[in-house]
Amino acid sequence: MIDGRPHVLHRAYDVVVAGGGPAGLGAALAARRAGAQRVLVVDREKEAGGILLQCIHSGFGLHRFGEELTGPEYAQRVLHAALDDGVDVLTDAYLLDIGPDRQVKLLSTEHGVSLLDARATVLAMGARERTRSAIRIPGDRPAGVFTAGLAQRLVNMHGVLPGRRVAILGSGDIGLVMARRLALEGVEVVGVFELLPHANGLSRNIVQCLHDFDIPLHLSTTVVGIHGRDRVDRVTVAPVDEQLRPVLARAWDVPCDTLLISVGLIPENELSRALRLRLDPVTMGPVVSSAMETSRDGVFACGNVVHIHDLVDFVSAEATLAGGHAGRFATGQHPTPDNVRLQPSTNVTYCVPHTVSTEREHTVYLRVREPLLRSALRLSTPDGRVVHERKLRYVVPAEMVTLRLRPPLLEGFHGDTLQVEVLPR
Amino acid sequence: MTSLPDHDSTDTNRATSTYLCIGCPLGCRLEVDELRGDIVEVRGFSCRLGKEFAEQEHTDPRRLVTTTVAVDGGRWPRLPVKTTATVPKAVVREVCRALTAIRVYAPVRLGDVVAHNVLGTGADVVATRDMPLVETKGEDH
Repeated sequence: MIDGRPHVLHRAYDVVVAGGGPAGLGAALAARRAGAQRVLVVDREKEAGGILLQCIHSGFGLHRFGEELTGPEYAQRVLHAALDDGVDVLTDAYLLDIGPDRQVKLLSTEHGVSLLDARATVLAMGARERTRSAIRIPGDRPAGVFTAGLAQRLVNMHGVLPGRRVAILGSGDIGLVMARRLALEGVEVVGVFELLPHANGLSRNIVQCLHDFDIPLHLSTTVVGIHGRDRVDRVTVAPVDEQLRPVLARAWDVPCDTLLISVGLIPENELSRALRLRLDPVTMGPVVSSAMETSRDGVFACGNVVHIHDLVDFVSAEATLAGGHAGRFATGQHPTPDNVRLQPSTNVTYCVPHTVSTEREHTVYLRVREPLLRSALRLSTPDGRVVHERKLRYVVPAEMVTLRLRPPLLEGFHGDTLQVEVLPR
Repeated sequence: MTSLPDHDSTDTNRATSTYLCIGCPLGCRLEVDELRGDIVEVRGFSCRLGKEFAEQEHTDPRRLVTTTVAVDGGRWPRLPVKTTATVPKAVVREVCRALTAIRVYAPVRLGDVVAHNVLGTGADVVATRDMPLVETKGEDH
């Protein structure tokens, strides 16, 4: 990508953004458009664009741009939009700390350690993949165990294949997309193993990544052992019972030289923790207001660092919101406080934002715990009075539910807590 | 399963193919019955898009191809590319194989054509990002 900005670092910025993926770039552009003069995006890679740069497949941007783009195309579009609008992008750099006096500490290849003043900051560090250690697969520790995203980067950017005979644990979209990618590169993909009784990825990816290449999907099955001295030579897989416990008596061995692990993402919140921001134990990201402001004034957050999104389009929408508020904060307009806390309840794991206002319009994102064929989304008071109810067609944990919350829906509600439930109907 | 009309004695020649709908998270299991080369019945769909998808997948399945080609002198050794239109599903692997012979040189601009009318499909293959020229090779190569 283009990063040909003048490499002059100013002493002070209106808004500094940590992370140059679609969230950070979108927030930076929105901050500029909201009146911020100097906006700086800091990215640790050698070019901005984020993880989209390695997602060379198509399917991005249908909501945002009304057309289907590949990951690199989407990344380039948001990067150019930011650069054309005068955003500064500093690559090969880390944002180390945000002081209480709004002083930001950077570490970069080009400038060493720098201290800058920032009226507002936006956290957009994205997420990290869960690894073998996160799910504690027993066995040997040979070479050949990769997270799916790392393998994606090796194949699509470095031109290196991770192996010749690959098993994949987890049926999330990254795992499915990698199954196809490796099959197209002539690698044998021996199977995808999914702990849950249903696939976690889009049905589109089940069809185009697995069916098209005759790659078997083993549901209710997981990897219970990794074997090999220097390199993986086989993995042991076993079906699981209804409590998701492996039935070792029915385990079998799958010969392979590589295991890809695609078992979810964790928001990357080292910085948020260092800043002692309030974190949501479910999303593992910062608690945010309807302005995407964290528990610290003037520190905003958006994208996968807040909660894991299914679609980059939603990340961009959230970034526009966060960046707009950060830009206005920098010019002295603080967000209007919220007056209602959203309380995830029956079959809802989390809601973002965590608070809303009865006076303004909001988009609330939420995720369900269990799939339901016919369901209803219900907002009610803690003592059980229904405030609003809406039919939903079909809900699955892998698909984020969005709720447009408008003031008329909350007419007659005067409490400070709303329970959010998704119930069968 | 409904009983078959008895006047159609050739019904035993019906071939049923199944597809998984990609339209929405519902993921309907679609069934297409074919008789002497014609679709005679589509089942299992919940909406119009599902029916259309089943018919398209049965008669002419097509895919957009995304892969990479080698690039010299760029920031990365691989350049992501895509076909400008969908190609028949049956030639997806061949398209990728054909592209292994291609090597391009940085700088490249998004949209630059790296292969015209690949394998006679009518689709071009284009770059999906800019690839700036990098004078000295980075540590990632």
